[in-house]
Amino acid sequence: MIIGLSIAQPAFLSSHNIFNVLTQSAIFGIMALGLTFVIISKGIDLSVGSVLAFSGVIASSLGQSAEATSKYFPNLPIMPVLVPILAALIVGALCGGLSGFLIAKTRIPAFIATLGMMTVARGMALIYTDGKPVSTLIPSFTAIGGKVFGVIPIPVIIYFVMIIISTILLSNTRFGKNVYAIGGNINAAEVSGVNVKRNLIMIYAYSGLLAGLAAVVFAGRVGSVHPGAATGYELTAIASTTIGGTSHSGGIGTIWGAFVGALVLAVLRNGLTLLGVDAYWQQVVEGVIIVVAVIIDMRKNAKKD
Amino acid sequence: MDEEKYLLEMDNIVKTFPGVKALKGVNLKVKHGEIHALMGENGAGKSTLMKCLAGIHPPTSGTIIYDGKKQGQYTTAQALQMGISMIHQELSPILHRSIMENIWLGREPRNKFGLIDHQKMYVDSIEVLKEIDINEDPKTHMVELTVAKMQMIEIAKAISYDSKLIIMDEPTSALTEKEIKQLFGIMRRLKAQGKSIIYISHKLDEIYEVTDRVTVYRDGEYIGAEDTKDLPEDKMIKMMVGREVSELFPKTPCSIGDLMLEVENLSHRKFFKDVSFNVRKGEILGIAGLVGSGRTEVIESIFGIKQKLSGTVKIEGKEVDIKTPEDAISNHLAILTEDRRMSGIFPMLSVRLNMAIANIPKYLNGVGLIRNRELIRECNEYVKKIQVKTPSLMQKVENLSGGNQQKVLVARWLMTNPDILFLDEPTRGIDVGTKSEIHRLISQLAGEGKSIVMVSSELPEVMGMSDRIMVMHEGRVTAIVDNSEDLTQEELMSYATGTVAADV
Ligand SMILES: Nc1ncnc2c1ncn2[C@@H]1O[C@H](COP(=O)(O)OP(=O)(O)OP(=O)(O)O)[C@@H](O)[C@H]1O
Ligand SMILES: [Mg+2]
Repeated sequence: MIIGLSIAQPAFLSSHNIFNVLTQSAIFGIMALGLTFVIISKGIDLSVGSVLAFSGVIASSLGQSAEATSKYFPNLPIMPVLVPILAALIVGALCGGLSGFLIAKTRIPAFIATLGMMTVARGMALIYTDGKPVSTLIPSFTAIGGKVFGVIPIPVIIYFVMIIISTILLSNTRFGKNVYAIGGNINAAEVSGVNVKRNLIMIYAYSGLLAGLAAVVFAGRVGSVHPGAATGYELTAIASTTIGGTSHSGGIGTIWGAFVGALVLAVLRNGLTLLGVDAYWQQVVEGVIIVVAVIIDMRKNAKKD
Repeated sequence: MDEEKYLLEMDNIVKTFPGVKALKGVNLKVKHGEIHALMGENGAGKSTLMKCLAGIHPPTSGTIIYDGKKQGQYTTAQALQMGISMIHQELSPILHRSIMENIWLGREPRNKFGLIDHQKMYVDSIEVLKEIDINEDPKTHMVELTVAKMQMIEIAKAISYDSKLIIMDEPTSALTEKEIKQLFGIMRRLKAQGKSIIYISHKLDEIYEVTDRVTVYRDGEYIGAEDTKDLPEDKMIKMMVGREVSELFPKTPCSIGDLMLEVENLSHRKFFKDVSFNVRKGEILGIAGLVGSGRTEVIESIFGIKQKLSGTVKIEGKEVDIKTPEDAISNHLAILTEDRRMSGIFPMLSVRLNMAIANIPKYLNGVGLIRNRELIRECNEYVKKIQVKTPSLMQKVENLSGGNQQKVLVARWLMTNPDILFLDEPTRGIDVGTKSEIHRLISQLAGEGKSIVMVSSELPEVMGMSDRIMVMHEGRVTAIVDNSEDLTQEELMSYATGTVAADV
């Protein structure tokens, strides 16, 4: 597909555009990393888009510059950018952890628990902001959306660092093995000494944490966060993970797959735009491609077995 | 040759999977009205051959002549129409549906409006269950049944197709003596009706008791076929293994030390009451009893899988409070559970992770990362030690033969190097050669001063391996006896059926 696109539209292959595509995929790509853990454990997290918005508005409100017209904390001195970043991560992890707690303790389906969290977090974002965007962020905050050495976008760096951390977490730690075990056979995991409850909470907390991080990147790039931001991003992130070969029946999946899946979607959007495809038609094409990609992937796996 | 004599002739069947040649051109001939045994070590290809026959996966090459006609490719549904039904080695009941829905799945009786006729289904189910002497309401959900009951339902289902050829792939591995006797009665009745049965089991006494002819395979190859009565045991084992197997229960006497585990007045809300026993270092305690006697539940409660109601557990004299398997493992306990599929294997995960999962902390380095090289080395060591037949450590466990899946689980728990090891039917579905190997390992562990509690439905195994034997009946301990030369199976059975109780 990438080759096809670069022939049809040479602009596609310019380094500028490549970074552009990666930057575009960074936000839902980061969320897809967390979703990979969730989906391997045979769960789902529908809340990441809303959690992005909620942690995003909170972080932004702590990182507004003095001249912001609607300042949330007028008496607050300007704080180092680390404060809003940490705030976003903590809020995200708490939201995710709460979903995880509900799933682990009450055994309600993840679909329901995170659907609830999705609605609650969106509502909280709206209450907190009274429906208005939080804007005029301090320069050190918006710098996160910028580039180092004028070439490499910081969102891409953050994204890659998280890919590496997530890969190590998933393949080289006990937590990662537990994630596969829980998705592979939850009873057997329990008997083998896996603390299923604690691990479920950790899985969803990690997903929430990454949604919080995605919020930081979002705020840095856009310069403001609207309480309605990132609506539907959870579905793009889930699609990325699924295109990357992570199985919803649990126990199967890789971080690398999620990265490739996110890239496929970003390339697709970018390519269709460069080719001048009408925005409405883009959606139709995207939907078809998602389904076809997963069918091909499953066929390939079925042959391997 | 007399064409009519054979119901089934499979000739030169080859079956390959990626990286594995499971069948390398094997034969099988089954007569009308014959009970025909398939024998061979774990991974010899017995189940694979039967799946080819039942239309689950077509053979890569070879011919199948059934009922006098050469058959092309066919599906499971067509196989059933042809009169071939199969009881699978791995049970796959639909847990949250009723017995009757499971039995009539895909062929539910309809009324004149084309809707499912539940009344007829119910009545027919009672009929079917009566045939195998099972006293359950057909509306009971499968989850509520024991593994043995599920297996009996599976058997009832296979029979209800009224097939000419019934394949039974290790049907008795989840059954106890009583149900096995029932099953043999059913098999003899079917045979008298002129039906043929293909029977797979690793238990030699069963083969001699019920089968007419045996075909032996080894490593995907056909070794030979004989009438059962003309084939002495040692010769059959030699055909299977390719060498002599010395001793079946290589129990070495070892010095029994201090008290290790003491269980006092353990009770469960539902399954058992006032169970007390102890195990010393270096001792093997066997637990015998019928299905439903609470044996499994006792050890699962000690391990924190089930919640006990009251009672105390002491390890080396200190009372411990084990609430979860995690607690149990940190107290150096290990358990090989009864139900391989439900609480044992991770089907689509690798052999490696399946073996290592209970033991990951051992392989962590200072910063919490897994030292893979060491982990792989140790897995390979165990693969060799207990002869797990797998193309690589990365193979999915679901692609291993049933016996080899069991070996992976045995390896998982041996790798944790426990002080107290609970084994629930440890050699279920394991071939004779490896069985003696696993028995040797258990014995060796006891020799190292570990305590072993072994639940087994095979009385010879319990009697061959244990120092002492505890017998349970309906949730209560009816006897704890020293194992000695003059202990008989009959005596144990009388405790197990509750007709006699020894002083406890
Ligand atoms: N779906 C599959 N994919 C890959 N390999 C397979 C598959 N099914 C079976 N095998 C391999 O084929 C060989 C024969 O397996 P099979 O299950 O027929 O053995 P078996 O004789 O029934 O053994 P057991 O007594 O342990 O049940 C084994 O080496 C197994 O690993
Ligand atoms: Mg088999």
